Amino acid sequence: MEPAATLDNNYDLTLQDFPYTINWREDRCTRCGRCTAVCPVKAIEPTVHTRRVVRSEGGGPTPAVQRVTSQVVVQVQDIDRYCTGCGTCAMVCPTEAITPRYNSHHRFLFYKNKSGAPYRRGGRRNDPSPSTVDQLKFTRISMLTDPALDAGRHEFNIRTLLGRNLPPEKLPLRVKKGKLVKIEGTFIPPVREIFPIRIGGMSIGALSPHMWDGLAMAVAYLNEVEGLPVVMCTGEGGIPPSLLKSRFAKYFILQIASGYFGWDEIVHAIPEMKEDPAAIEIKYGQGAKPGDGGLLMAYKVLKLISEIRGVPQFVDLASPPTHQTKYSIEEAVAKMIQAMSMAWGFRVPVYPKISGTKTAQAVLNNLARNPYAAALCIDGEDGGTGAAYNVSMDKMGHPIASNIRDCYLDLVKQGKQNELPLIAAGGMGKNGNLAANTAAMIMLGASAVDIGKYIMQAAANCLGDEYNRCNLCNTGRCPRGITTQDPRLYRRLDPDMVAQRVVDVFRTANIELKKIFAPLGRSTELPIGMSDGLSVSNQAIAERLKISYAC
Amino acid sequence: MCRLSAITSNRYFSPIENILALETMKEGHDGSGLGLMLKNLGGEFEDLKDHPVLSGICSDNGLTMLDDYMKSRGFSVKHMWTPKIRPVPGIKKRGHYIAKAYAYPENYQDKTMAEKEDLLLRTRLELRAMGEADESIFVFSFYPDVLTLKEVGDPLEVAEFFGLDKNQLKAKIVLAQGRQNTNYAIYLYACHPFFMQGYGTMTNGENTAFVPIREFLTGRGNPGYMGYNSDSEVFAHILHYTCRTLGYPLTYYKDIITPLKSDEIDRRSDREALRLIKKSLRPLCIDGPNCVIGFIPDGSVFMVQDAKKLRPGAVGGVRGRYALMSEECGVNRAIPERNQSEDIYPMKYDMVIVTPNAEEITVWNQLQH
Repeated sequence: MEPAATLDNNYDLTLQDFPYTINWREDRCTRCGRCTAVCPVKAIEPTVHTRRVVRSEGGGPTPAVQRVTSQVVVQVQDIDRYCTGCGTCAMVCPTEAITPRYNSHHRFLFYKNKSGAPYRRGGRRNDPSPSTVDQLKFTRISMLTDPALDAGRHEFNIRTLLGRNLPPEKLPLRVKKGKLVKIEGTFIPPVREIFPIRIGGMSIGALSPHMWDGLAMAVAYLNEVEGLPVVMCTGEGGIPPSLLKSRFAKYFILQIASGYFGWDEIVHAIPEMKEDPAAIEIKYGQGAKPGDGGLLMAYKVLKLISEIRGVPQFVDLASPPTHQTKYSIEEAVAKMIQAMSMAWGFRVPVYPKISGTKTAQAVLNNLARNPYAAALCIDGEDGGTGAAYNVSMDKMGHPIASNIRDCYLDLVKQGKQNELPLIAAGGMGKNGNLAANTAAMIMLGASAVDIGKYIMQAAANCLGDEYNRCNLCNTGRCPRGITTQDPRLYRRLDPDMVAQRVVDVFRTANIELKKIFAPLGRSTELPIGMSDGLSVSNQAIAERLKISYAC
Repeated sequence: MCRLSAITSNRYFSPIENILALETMKEGHDGSGLGLMLKNLGGEFEDLKDHPVLSGICSDNGLTMLDDYMKSRGFSVKHMWTPKIRPVPGIKKRGHYIAKAYAYPENYQDKTMAEKEDLLLRTRLELRAMGEADESIFVFSFYPDVLTLKEVGDPLEVAEFFGLDKNQLKAKIVLAQGRQNTNYAIYLYACHPFFMQGYGTMTNGENTAFVPIREFLTGRGNPGYMGYNSDSEVFAHILHYTCRTLGYPLTYYKDIITPLKSDEIDRRSDREALRLIKKSLRPLCIDGPNCVIGFIPDGSVFMVQDAKKLRPGAVGGVRGRYALMSEECGVNRAIPERNQSEDIYPMKYDMVIVTPNAEEITVWNQLQH
């Protein structure tokens, strides 16, 4: 019988249990130490190995055993310091001596619950397969039956409306001498004309100051120089007071969520605001973590964040899972929407954001009946977050495609599809196809889409992906400096470079949307609900979304 | 591409004139169908101006069902016209082609015109529903002083089939469409012109915005906004919705289907209203390529184009008689005596309107009002 002493390592993990394994090449490594210094989770460390080496020197075979001592880089086998595959080590290595490799046989989730603490992370749902939206194709191509438009020559109006559109029957108009004139003194809800891709709510606490500044600069530039009316949501956590009181405030959607962080400062700044905000978003739910409130870890709550949010430094900022001041959907609409509308004299569109859910239509129908509700934003299961339980991210939520489609068709039945815009969020551009995903959602019935994770990936080289790469957003140790408040990390990120890339993204999307809409023969208005332009090579999806099947 | 031929006149004329004009444009239609809509009827209908005329096609059984139904609803026949069908190779006769003028039910004699129109619409829809499944009843229009004929085949041969060159069927406004079918499973309800409560249109070209427009119209709560066997039927219903439901002047039809850009709207004196209707009626915006020719209850006839791709369209004539055609050769055939240099080719901002009785022609420009 084997002695018990040899079983001492029985509870150790092997590298095969880890999602990423380090491939380190001794022959190339110069032992500069950069990789071990930069690793955000300390998954690798230098150590000394002594090995037995057989060498033969001289003219004939004279094998001799030698003991050689060398410095090596090894991967630690502690589940709390697992390699996230971020690849920062590879980026800093001057000799390409180290790189992480994905291990498809890993058993990470079997072990990542030490001390009974469930695994928490950032990022989005770890499912790399193409989403439904990514499977949709544009198949109604105009050629001989209709001369196709030219994306480079014709005028295109790639704009959408954010706000409550009155039904034509209720427009305050009368005919006077053969012309329509407006009847004065009638309330007309505020409506903004915006670019149909918005930057979704990411707070200034979740994002580093450099990342947030880069986004904000780009939004101002896109509006004022490029003429693209891109709007950006602040997320929950307020907005820098100087920006709020500036003329640029009109490009920002202020988000109020269940923690009301930052709103004391916003409310007090209202008298000094030069411009109304683009809109107010009331966050009831988030696609990445339905049922959870926002969470900003204590080590992200530095001086700037504490000032903007009006809270002490270095405390966990957990928003409740729901707004504590409401107890019913009717009251939520009546109280929150009207209260927020009133704060800006009913000049600002106010709408809720919910996580994708089977009950979305109940919310929708409540909003459809409320003349002050300006839109409904639905955040699907592929939405990203800065911090959440893995189980929430991977297993909770509703795919966005059928959720939006059901809601749109519900509005069609009521004849209200033009009154209440639907905004689709969650997984837009998940596989890089931002314009195609946007166009597909629009043709399913969305008026606009939100992006979050995509813009971090495209504009700031966020390393995260659906193989759980990196996803350290919650730890404050983002190796790119995107989701951290540590100046040593976020100084890696140049706000000007971020802004430049954001501008690139939106200019590109604008062109690509035209390249999609032109062959479909649409240019004057966004083809919202033009479902006959879509097909999918999956019969079940086609039936569910009420689009054609093509193969 | 379908060819369109409309003539408006202060005198009664035979629809064969429209068909002969269509014939000059024959390259453009493959002879897959003819739709005719006559308004301000002459001939044997001249003295029946106030009596609604039911136009359609019925099988033997369908005709019995139709007569029984109309009787049960209190309608009594005042006059009936049927074409004297002449056999033409390639055109299959479908039972009975009818145009029956009725007297309103007694309890409707003193109702308003709007109430009567709603009754006529309901009746037409019920008849359609009764005969749609087995194609025993097709009803194209049911309205005073309007008559519709439709059949599949080459327009000239269909005219011969109906004996239009011989009979006395006449009107002051005639819309005719020579159908270019991209789908040989031709269905009569897909044939232009389309009509609803005094508003009639015909269109050529493909409507790429058809589905969102259809969904918007069907959500308006009007049972007449249905059918849509052709993507062009929505043009008639948008006209009806604009002028009858919303009560807007005719020119706003153009502003709705081809809205101006924001900076262009700023130049208009009615900009406040335009900004509102652009947003609220956004789903009715078309992207063409379409040329729409239509009429409204007062007898005005118009032509509009989409704002970008533009189908050809020409309007010309003399005081008292104007032709609105999809091609110049059609105008030449219909009104050779006019001054051709005064012909109008409406462009993206234009709406050509010929006033009732073809009195005068105006070009209403979106930017200059």
